[in-house]
Amino acid sequence: MAKVAPEERDLQRVIDEEREVDGLGPDDLLAIYRSLILLRTYDERSVVYHRQGRIGTYAIFWNHEAMQAGSVHALADEDWIFPSYRESAIGLLRGIPASTVLHWWRGHPAGWWNPAEYRVASICVPIATHVSHAAGLAWGEKLKGNSTVAITYFGDGATSEGSFHEGANLAGVMQAPLILFCNNNHWAISTPLEAQTHAETLADKAVGYGMPGVRVDGGDVLAVYEATREAVERARGGGGPTFIEAVSYRAAPHATADDPRAYIDLDRVEEEKRNECVGRYEAYLRRLGVLDDATVEEIKNEALEIMRAGIAQAEAEPEPDPELVFDNAYVLPPPNLREGWDG
Amino acid sequence: MAEKFLVEAVNDALHVELARDDMVMVMGEDVGRAGGVFRATAGLRERFGENRCVDTPLAEAGILGSAVGLCMAGWKPVCEMQYDAFSYPCLDQLITHVGRYRWRTGGQMEFPLVVRMPYGGGVRAPELHDDSPEAYYVHTPGVKVAIPSTPADAKGLLAAAIRDPDPVVVLEPKLIYRGEKQEVPEGEHVVPLGEARLAREGTDVTLVAYGAMVPVCERAADALEGEATVEVLDLRSLRPLDEDALLASASKTGRAVVVQEAPRTAGFGAEIAAILAEKAILDLHGPVLRVTGFDVPYPYWKIEDRYMPSVERVVGAARKLLEF
Repeated sequence: MAKVAPEERDLQRVIDEEREVDGLGPDDLLAIYRSLILLRTYDERSVVYHRQGRIGTYAIFWNHEAMQAGSVHALADEDWIFPSYRESAIGLLRGIPASTVLHWWRGHPAGWWNPAEYRVASICVPIATHVSHAAGLAWGEKLKGNSTVAITYFGDGATSEGSFHEGANLAGVMQAPLILFCNNNHWAISTPLEAQTHAETLADKAVGYGMPGVRVDGGDVLAVYEATREAVERARGGGGPTFIEAVSYRAAPHATADDPRAYIDLDRVEEEKRNECVGRYEAYLRRLGVLDDATVEEIKNEALEIMRAGIAQAEAEPEPDPELVFDNAYVLPPPNLREGWDG
Repeated sequence: MAEKFLVEAVNDALHVELARDDMVMVMGEDVGRAGGVFRATAGLRERFGENRCVDTPLAEAGILGSAVGLCMAGWKPVCEMQYDAFSYPCLDQLITHVGRYRWRTGGQMEFPLVVRMPYGGGVRAPELHDDSPEAYYVHTPGVKVAIPSTPADAKGLLAAAIRDPDPVVVLEPKLIYRGEKQEVPEGEHVVPLGEARLAREGTDVTLVAYGAMVPVCERAADALEGEATVEVLDLRSLRPLDEDALLASASKTGRAVVVQEAPRTAGFGAEIAAILAEKAILDLHGPVLRVTGFDVPYPYWKIEDRYMPSVERVVGAARKLLEF
């Protein structure tokens, strides 16, 4: 038997195997589709908004939607999400208004939400430093006797960071109910996975933390859902954290300021685009007879309308008062905070 | 009122605050089973259980990072960094998250965590057990910094830090952890952040200090007896800073010497000197002088006494100013 390429090793799949996931009825399947379309629409519109000068630099997550939607659908409403900037719009799936996330990318002080309200932490810009936040939250909920689970998202590059190690190790030691979700898209801006690690797979790292490491096809929303659901059940049942490596490929620039033609394998990008995650799922649902043209159009229009309304609302927001620079850093601000302010 | 060493007062504060509020917890390296390498957390694990006095993995950034998450779950973590210089990895979390997270949430979430650590030199220890890192902390927006110099203040400032809704770093002068036993109020005792203490009243020159440099300044004041009456201002908290007390003292004496054991450049003494230059220059009879450590790695302990600001160096600076 031929040696299995590391790329393919233990990769869990649903769509390519034409399987069905236990417990998911037509309504659930459509709800997942709706989330995929909402994220895809957010992303594609944002790139347009950026080109139109309506938002600032934007981190594109095209073809990452399956990893985000599949995993969020496996959570309960009270479970916490700790996003990186690649998951900037994941809160839309929890009811955060599109305008709020657009404000964030517009550099407007209205771009905040209360993490406790949506159980979605603020967007983490530095790499992997939020892993220990998620571990602490999950551990803290466990200490209170709650069954809340947390999930944190990060990329392949993040696994090189000390912060990833410290957070993962602490989650293991405390048996925190945490899912460490690694979106392995093979690129950290221009640095390829092989320059990031000599490990055969990123999931192998889980062994060192005493937790299960699972590999899943990151372009297969149902495989992501299934793997996350199993990890959530284990965490909620007291079985501690799980590391999920979702294998995908970055088919878009890192961000609007990036031109990947200098470094990326363009043939591979074209291949990934042909096999992108929304189309794969759509074809699967059509084969199952769950989705028809009319429903597709309705769901896509609904998402477009959310974005139209979101950008309109964001642009209708008045210019921020410069006095806001002093707001919110402290509950009890030091008396000399405004020293030198000429306002 | 019982007499206690400074480190015993820290321990007392932790006992009182953990008993007062069920959501206060202590975490750090060797704080539980061992009770801390300086015994600051002794007895907490036995009294409050292993979930409220937690031996963490050896990971300073992970300790502070998980404390951020614990705050989001409603806890009020008191994180011990085992030594001053061991805290440097936690600066990553402090700068990128601890000082920013409330701001990031539009003021909707609070992060009432405390980082406490023994700091400073003079204890005949190996490299990186001697640093005075206060400038890194006070330069971080969103974070408050307190430094006690007496047992009573060690208890009261730590209690204030734990009760403060903002993140607070408390630097404890390890040189005087077991210096002089002093009276410490029993039970709940809070010293508000942002109120300096007049350690000694005088009229001719003000020595501005905090932490382990306060007793050095008091000895310098003794040495100058007969030549000048010396005021010693113990800042107690660097942010919020009691500017009123600083300006009042400087304008009264017209002379100020700032003493810090941290390296000289961009140290907190420079901030004090700048404030006095901006707001008190017409009251001053001479320049603000600094007595500080030097811009070198903290030295081998055989020669550390020449690095640390000494009574002689402080007296010398005061005389220079008196004769200016």
